[in-house]
Parts: sequence; C-alpha cells; structure tokens
Amino acid sequence: MNFRTLTAAELHYEISALQVEYADLLDDDRLEDWPELFTETCLYQVIARENADRGLGVAAIFCTSRAMLVDRVVSLRRANIYPLRHHRHILSAVRVTAVADDLVQAQSSYLVLQTRADGATEIYNAGKYLDHIVFAYGRLRFSRKIAIFDTNRVDTLMVTPI
Amino acid sequence: MESAEITIGVEGLAPETGYRVPYRVFTDPEIYQREQREIFRGATWNFVALEVEIPNPGDFKSTFIGETPVIVTRDGDGTINVVLNRCAHRGALVCRQPRGNAASLECVYHQWSYDLKGNLLGLPFRRGMRGQGGMPADFDISRHGLDRLRVETICGLVFASFSDKVEPLRLYLGPLAVGHIERLFNRPIKLLGDQRQYIHGNWKLYAENVRDPYHASLLHLFHTTFGLYRATQQGASRIDATGRHSALHSVASSNNDAADKSAYAGMRSFDTGFSLQDPSLLAGRKEFVDGITLVILALFPNLVVQQIANTLAVRQIVTHGTDAFELVWTHFGYADDDSDMDQIRLKQANLIGPAGLISMEDGEAVEIVQAAIKGDSERRSFIAMGGGQAVDSDHLVTEGAIIGFWQNYERIIGFDPTK
Repeated sequence: MNFRTLTAAELHYEISALQVEYADLLDDDRLEDWPELFTETCLYQVIARENADRGLGVAAIFCTSRAMLVDRVVSLRRANIYPLRHHRHILSAVRVTAVADDLVQAQSSYLVLQTRADGATEIYNAGKYLDHIVFAYGRLRFSRKIAIFDTNRVDTLMVTPI
Repeated sequence: MESAEITIGVEGLAPETGYRVPYRVFTDPEIYQREQREIFRGATWNFVALEVEIPNPGDFKSTFIGETPVIVTRDGDGTINVVLNRCAHRGALVCRQPRGNAASLECVYHQWSYDLKGNLLGLPFRRGMRGQGGMPADFDISRHGLDRLRVETICGLVFASFSDKVEPLRLYLGPLAVGHIERLFNRPIKLLGDQRQYIHGNWKLYAENVRDPYHASLLHLFHTTFGLYRATQQGASRIDATGRHSALHSVASSNNDAADKSAYAGMRSFDTGFSLQDPSLLAGRKEFVDGITLVILALFPNLVVQQIANTLAVRQIVTHGTDAFELVWTHFGYADDDSDMDQIRLKQANLIGPAGLISMEDGEAVEIVQAAIKGDSERRSFIAMGGGQAVDSDHLVTEGAIIGFWQNYERIIGFDPTK
C-alpha cells in the first residue's frame, strides 16, 4: 500500500479505524491481541508531559519491541498485583500530520476513564498520541506510538497500557 | 509505652513477642496535624531537590515539606535557598509553577516582589498615590521577607529544615545513610526525568513498606522470578542508631536458582513459567565494585534513595492528609554515562514508578491497608518477623527496620493522641 495514493478522506478513515481497534482491545481487556497492532521492532512510550516538554527520557512505559509489549501483558496477567479496574478510551481530534509512501504520521487526543470495583468512574489519564503507522504483513500497524500524558500525577498505579 | 522488648499478652493466651502499632496513627487527623508540626516542620531534615534540578542562577523549583509549600532557588552567587512559598503580605502562593528560572519572585496578588533569598524588594504603592494611601510610616521592609529555612546539601542532594535545633545534616543522617549517599552519588549525576503517583493511603504505610525486606520477594513476583531480589539473597537490613533511617541491600549474584526455587516452593512469587520474550529489559551493567544490586535507603521523614539494578532514583513523599500522599520519583544517571548506559537506565525504568513492573504493587499494598483499618482505630498491627526488635540483620527475613521507624516515631509523636 502506497499511502500517497489514498485520498485524505480514505487515509483519515484508515487511521481512525486503527485507533478505534486499538482502544477496543484495551477497553475490552483483549490485551493479548494488542501487541499485534505493532510492528516487530516498534517504539511504544507512555511518558509524562513534564518529561517530554523538558526533553527528558524517563517514561512510565518504554518498550522497544513487540516482544516487550507481550512481556508487559504476560507480567500483568501472571505477576503484577493490582485492583480490578475498567478503562474506557475516548479518542478525538484524530488527524494525519505527515504522509510518505510507506509511513503515515498521525496525532490524536485521548481521555482514559477509569471505573473502580465500587462502580465509581473518574478521569484517569488525559493526553495525546503521536503515531507512526505503516502497512506490514497485510494490515496497518504502529511502528511507533507515543502517548504523552498531561496527567503527570498518576492515580495509584498504571498497569494497563494507555 | 509499647516497645519491642515487652511481650504482649492477650487475655487467656500466653504472651507473644512482637511490636504493635495502633491503626489510629494512619487515620487520626489530630495525629496528622501533630506530624506536620513536630516532624515535617520540626527537628528533621527534609529532602527538597537534587542540585541538578536547579543548576543555573535564577533556577527555582516549588515543592512541599509534608504539606507545606516551599520554593527552592539558586541565586546569583550560586547559593541554594529554601523559602516558604507564602507571601508575607496575606499568605498567597508566591510561586505557582513547578519549576522555572526568574530574577526574582513576585506574588501575583499584589505584586510584592522578593529576591531569590526571600528578602522583600518592594511593593506597589508603598508610599501611596497622590499623597493618599500607602503603608504606615513604621513599615519595615526588612521584616517582611519570605520565611527562610535552613539549607544543607550532601553530594548534590538538597535538604531543608524549619528547625534551628536540629543537628547538622550529616550528623542527622548518620554514618549509615551518609555511606550509602556517598556510594550512590559518587560522581556528578544527570537528571533523567520525574514520575509522580498519588496513593490513597497514609504516608507512614509507605515508610513501613520501604523498610520491609520481608514483603519484597512475596508481593513483587517480578523481583523473585527474575532474581532481581529474593529473600534468599545475600543481603542485610541496617538501622541507624536513632532507628529513623534504614538501609536494605542485596546482591543478585548470590542467586542460586535451584535452591531458591525450593525455598519458594508452593508460593506464587517464583513463577517458573514466566520468561521474558525480550530479555533486553534486564540486560544491564555491573556498576558497583561491592556487587550490591539493590539498595533501598529510607531517610526519615520524606525520602527514599534507591538503586534497583541500573535504576537510580530518589522518591520524595509529599503528604496529603491522613489518607493520601504523593510519591515523586526523580530518576537520575551519571553525567559520564555513555549512550548505551542512558538506554539501559531508560529501559529499566520500566521496573519502577507507577507503572513499574516491580514497584506498581506498593501503591496497592498501601491502599489495601488503609481500606481495611478504617473505623477501627483501637486495633493494632503485629510486627515480629526476624524477632520483633529493631536490630540489624545479615538476612532479609526481618521487619526490624520497621520497628526502628516506629520507635523513633513514638519518641516524637507517641501513639496516644491524648498525651
């Protein structure tokens, strides 16, 4: 697939569909399928805005391969101790910021709502995604996804990917 | 007065050795206020910054001691100052940004302006306008600066105190803490970034957690499974002479997988079925000739200094009432780290902080205690692992450092709010 051959509307549709699929996998707790949306050598970073703005590298989550994403999910399932939470991603302002033959760059805003076991829902994390998207092995995948969150102060812990 | 040496009798049962802490210390607002006064604004040294956070003249950082807002500044002559973040006029926050650079500090409310040492430089309409208004004739500008705190530094860590009675910093920290600080801050460092988490529990539950080598291999499966920390490791729990500070350390190269597996047989902590698809997460470097791969140095009242594999960080505790605190992690490396080492530290940062594969669980541990003790302030915990006394040990199956913390706490605050 050559991205330049797509119309702006087609491109926007394709990118949006990928974002929605990504959010669905996280929100429906289908985490084992989530790494499949990335390329094998990918970058996935969830970083506080206060670090990103200062050019400092420490991130809450920093994965440099799809295998590391798998390890995160396995750790969450087998190793980590955390309370039951449900998350809901609200996506908006999806837009393409650059197009090359084989790479689309996109930006969007997100809000993650968190519902605790007692049923109370709160805003958990707000930020923006900076994505690099490629066509690989028959479908669109993220070669890079950076979530820069405004919510510098994380409520208790972060176990599920953003 | 409860203490470790006293055996505790329950009616009809034989006495048992152990130390007990009444749960009210985690829930009582009066105790919390007393802590703010006697601990955080009392005769202690509180961590406020790393010097690398404010490297240049005019740099400032706003932070908290307990719940009290303060500003850390570096002024024109390079001196570090810590002042109360409260206008001397009518109490407004003077500094409303987390960090920045400025020639002076100005309150936005009425534009009272202070230099970086906190001296009041001037205020609008001091002499009135067209002969009307203005401050009284006896107004003495030198008496209306920002409150200044005592400041001392050690190896690039900045501490401040509200007390003019507390001993000098190095004496306050004592040889155990100074030794660990000099080891970890053995050369110039560089800032790698901050992480913050808001934990819905009392700050002292976290103080217990970081003095507790017993939980570390049981709660944190990731630690045990990948051999980062096991209670079977060569290591020690050391307590400062006052009990208030402690250091836990361990040596990962002392792991013996076969023997360790049998030691953890039947426990969920050692998961032999979990291996990493990308082991680069844990590919690190040996950094210290002493072979120590994990240090948790807990400094009373508000700091933890840590080395876990190649992650280096300070964790500052900021209190938010009886049932919440914020933990601010400031990660650092050494100024002479090469780019590979930078990457190792950034990758291993996955282990710590709010999303840390190891440390995320400590927030949960604090919260499940806070949730369970609500409304039952007369009941007490039971702390006895390792013998129930505040003594050093050359093993990690102990809660001795927790008792040291509480004995020091009893001396300052006491367990009985009526006294």
